[in-house]
Amino acid sequence: MITGRTYGLLLAAFFVLCFGLAADLQPQFQAIENARKQSDNFFILLLGDSSRIFANNFFTKADAYYHSGYYPTIFDNNEAFRTAHMAEDTGAVASHNEGEETSFMGPPRDWLDAFGRHFIPNRHTHLDEGGPTDDLSKSSQVAEILPWLELSSKLDPEDIRTYLVMAYWLRNSLNKVSEAERVLREGLRNNPGNPQLLYELGRIDNENYNNPAQARTIWEAALRTWEGEEPNIPLADRLKLSNENFDNRFIYEQLETHLAQLEEKAGNNAAAIADLQQAELASPKPEDIQSQIDELRQKMNKP
Amino acid sequence: MRNILAIAKVVLVEMYRRKEFYVLFILTVVICLIMGSINIFNDKQVIRYLKELCLLLIWVSSLIIAITMTARQIPAEREQRTLLPLLAKPLSRTQLILGKFLGCWLVCGMCLICFYLFFGALAASREHEWPLMHYLQAAFLHWMALGVVVAMSLLGSLVFAAPSSNSTICFSICAAIMCLGRYLDEIALSLHEPGRSLVYGIYYAIPHLEIPFAMRNLIIHDWPLIEWKFVWLAAFYLVGYMAVFLAAACLVFRRKTVN
Repeated sequence: MITGRTYGLLLAAFFVLCFGLAADLQPQFQAIENARKQSDNFFILLLGDSSRIFANNFFTKADAYYHSGYYPTIFDNNEAFRTAHMAEDTGAVASHNEGEETSFMGPPRDWLDAFGRHFIPNRHTHLDEGGPTDDLSKSSQVAEILPWLELSSKLDPEDIRTYLVMAYWLRNSLNKVSEAERVLREGLRNNPGNPQLLYELGRIDNENYNNPAQARTIWEAALRTWEGEEPNIPLADRLKLSNENFDNRFIYEQLETHLAQLEEKAGNNAAAIADLQQAELASPKPEDIQSQIDELRQKMNKP
Repeated sequence: MRNILAIAKVVLVEMYRRKEFYVLFILTVVICLIMGSINIFNDKQVIRYLKELCLLLIWVSSLIIAITMTARQIPAEREQRTLLPLLAKPLSRTQLILGKFLGCWLVCGMCLICFYLFFGALAASREHEWPLMHYLQAAFLHWMALGVVVAMSLLGSLVFAAPSSNSTICFSICAAIMCLGRYLDEIALSLHEPGRSLVYGIYYAIPHLEIPFAMRNLIIHDWPLIEWKFVWLAAFYLVGYMAVFLAAACLVFRRKTVN
């Protein structure tokens, strides 16, 4: 028979359990609450993880603007648009595009379709090549993609390709170097130590600010973070030649090649050769790099 | 014709008194100005996102005005018991329908003039050019498309019991046509019979309002002017649908008891 004392003890045990559970959970909830309060990103607070879907949508929208509205919908054949052309043209991302980009619509299906095509953008163009007017003096119109990219980066601050694309066009087509630097620094604030962002930042220091010492420091830091990303995987595996591995190989090759260029300019040919040999491991065309190495060796051997 | 114009004039006067247009216009202006004040990397030339937003707001506002205004015309006359005295005058039912249609369509035209003037001013503030013929083409086909919407709503107001249900159905139909109309043939191709024939039938039967709606992209991205012969062909195509809907409305109204 259960006595009143048993009930009392059970109640006390429950109380202790509840207290213990609350004491354990409260700091965790507090941490989540603080993280939410600290986040100054309005979109992420509002949309949560779904903000990434919107971010991707706006990234695609920017690419549609890059084509002046000539862009496939979900009903069209989008094999030639799997990788955004505005990102592909920066040379910083792997291309997954196949097929003919100029004729995703195919031949008109009927007279209504043929007639309707007079009222929609119906020719493949890129904004940096002048857009629908083919007027190269209007290549600065590529700035029209920036509002959507900016919005995309706000919605998904961890998507580095948005920062890379923005920085590329700001620096190369619009000559807005300080804005490009600001974009990359914002990207680095959200993705600390990202080697691709550091590589682009180093390029600004080297090519625009003419500060090779600063560029070298940044690129060396990028190499360190690249190596630290997957410390247990051997270098040969990380640099294996495959399309999925493009980002890894590309950034490693670029960093080593650019470091080699700096060394060569500084007159350190031996160090340049060492860097090029590393770049050779990641390059899809190692023979090109080998010829550079041979040239440097010849230079070194000359009296 | 005089009777039709008289009815149309009454509709125009009524629209001056109502607040829908003013509210929607001010809302469009405020939203566009707020969005225009955003600094995009200190580049004052970036305008296309703003043009897209403005044109979308113009389309939505114009559809709201066209559908809600037209949907309540005949039911309001019936509710206020002014329909019978109106028809007691030397005015046929067909003239009443045509007068209402003309009035609503003219109101839409006047609203569009205001909206497109604002759009032109907004675009010119950054682009420093005024592609008048492009805007004229866009506004003209927009007005033609609204003519079809007005005629359809007018027919709906005679078929459906309440203006609210008519407005909802008309909005849904317009939205469906604008989003999917162009792809119905492609969807039909992926279906088996009899679904294929049914969807093909719908594809050829519906008024393709997405043609003028999709024209926004040409304006937004500064594409060259469309050849005028295609604009006229599109206008004739839309006028054909206006005539079909109006004829149906006249037939329905002729057989309808008004008391």
